[in-house]
Amino acid sequence: MGSFELICPAGNPAALRAAVDAGADAVYLGFRDETNARNFPGLNFSRPELAEAIAYAHARSVQVFVAINTYPQAGNLAPWQRAVDDAARLKADAVILADLGLLDYAAKHHPELRLHLSVQASAANAEAIRLYREAFGVRRVVLPRVLTVPEIARLNAEVDVETEVFVFGGLCPMAEGRCSLSSYATGLSPNKQGVCSPASHVRYEPRGEALASRLGGFTINVFGAGEPAGYPTLCKGRFVPGGGTSRDPAYLFEEPTSLNALALLPELKAAKVCALKIEGRQRGKAYIAAVVAAYRRALDAFDRGLPVPALDLEAMVEGGAQTTGAYTRAWR
Amino acid sequence: MKPTLTLGPVLFNWPAERWRDFYARIADEAPVDAVVVGEIVCSKRAPFLAPVMDEVIARLAAAGKEVWLASPILVGSDRERTAMRDLVESDLLPVEANDMGALALLEGRRHAVGPFINSYNEATLAWLAGRGAVAVSLPAELPAASVAMMAKTGAALGLSMEVQVFGRAPLAISARCYHARAHALHKDGCQFVCANDPDGMPVSTVDGQPFLSVNGTQTLSHGYLALAAEIDRLRAMGIQRFRLSPQDLDMVAVATAFRSVLDGERSGQDVMAELRGMTAVPLENGFFHNMAGAAYADAPAA
Repeated sequence: MGSFELICPAGNPAALRAAVDAGADAVYLGFRDETNARNFPGLNFSRPELAEAIAYAHARSVQVFVAINTYPQAGNLAPWQRAVDDAARLKADAVILADLGLLDYAAKHHPELRLHLSVQASAANAEAIRLYREAFGVRRVVLPRVLTVPEIARLNAEVDVETEVFVFGGLCPMAEGRCSLSSYATGLSPNKQGVCSPASHVRYEPRGEALASRLGGFTINVFGAGEPAGYPTLCKGRFVPGGGTSRDPAYLFEEPTSLNALALLPELKAAKVCALKIEGRQRGKAYIAAVVAAYRRALDAFDRGLPVPALDLEAMVEGGAQTTGAYTRAWR
Repeated sequence: MKPTLTLGPVLFNWPAERWRDFYARIADEAPVDAVVVGEIVCSKRAPFLAPVMDEVIARLAAAGKEVWLASPILVGSDRERTAMRDLVESDLLPVEANDMGALALLEGRRHAVGPFINSYNEATLAWLAGRGAVAVSLPAELPAASVAMMAKTGAALGLSMEVQVFGRAPLAISARCYHARAHALHKDGCQFVCANDPDGMPVSTVDGQPFLSVNGTQTLSHGYLALAAEIDRLRAMGIQRFRLSPQDLDMVAVATAFRSVLDGERSGQDVMAELRGMTAVPLENGFFHNMAGAAYADAPAA
């Protein structure tokens, strides 16, 4: 094991094999239902597929983490509890949970099962993390993308829990698990249904030379002729601050950009971060293979003290632009 | 049991003098039972309120209001952590926790769980009750079926369950300040531009359609969530506390109107009509009716 564990996404069995073959230390995935935060059509794993995935990964010394990280619906806890039971039965290496009630269930019914706290729980301070550790025995926390690297370093000095941080892929500018923007526009939310800005509510409307993207009843962006049209993720849209048409529309919350913290490897190591996470369970196997291989090469070079090669993934990232997000002071 | 009308914390950056005068009028005139105070959105604003905080609390308490201190929504920086610890450790008043860190520090003490802690189901409620929570304010996005189940479970656990019935719905919190960003400023040098928008900064779509409201690091709905016409249904479910979130309008009149519905003196529909006369901001109830939050569904007449 090098300086960091490399945690990679898989939205289907082919992507899982791609991630394993490209050098993942662990792969995270979800069941094909509302129990996980990437509940998109055509994605995710049946129980038999999870069994096969675990067999494939374990044969190559790669771990499998199962994300069960939406908030169980009141009066309908069974699908979430069954997901935890099945992940334990199929010998997943960890489950990634967010809901207090589900953490309590897993800790009581599966004391041997390793618990990771999902980014969707948005635990951003040492007091909160210690509570999850003491109450449920959580072993690792996926940190929300709201902290600077110095804050992460101070946090790690105070808690007896491993920390995992996102380093690449899509970026929520809002504290994860505490956002109802999608729900406000469409009725469907990450916390309840495991979807954000769902495709079922997306429409593209030609407007002369331009193209408008709509989500529910709201226009999220208008792209000029020749401007590449992006997916209308609500927080990556163009809006008019001040209201009406008082000002030019702007990317008020975040540009269509992708997180890439590759340049921060030395700082993240000094901050005692344990694992680096790549976002993208909705991505295809070609993307997964390329991104995981690039990060594997970078981490191997970093571990040997060699110059870290650039990822050379510009063609694959959203909007072709990259950011270090909250990790550097740019957001402050 | 007599229902409790709660006034949630002022979310916007109001000058300290206005903030103090607002609460003085609430103390003297508003028929609310409980008042939750504190700056929960931005730790940079809190020092401005500190000089008048004790006076406000004393005034509310003297008027017989049940006063709660609210903990901040997002606690990441050292400044935010210190503020959270000071708040909990002061032990002067009961605290409403809005972050798991505050909840951790409150173990074994009587406390409330605010709407910014994710209470989505009965298993979570049971865990919260086991740690000393006495009241839980539900997240705005919960639909009626969930609220009903939570109200039933909460009652069995001895929890006083609350639902927001008025004010912009809180939708998101960030480490990034969108007020500053909209003014091409950084958060550290924000010049407190959020003070220009005492009811939030309107955000419209490219088409000019009103959509959201930005309050510094917080994003809210453009419309005011309003569940006056759903109050009888909420009471039948077992909801005991009804929260009004302060907006830049006559909150004494809003509180009086909601009180009259709780007391059975006026119909919810009647109060909805009055609210529409008070503001041009649309009223919304979509979350409760399992629709887009921005939607409005006519509630069946009680």
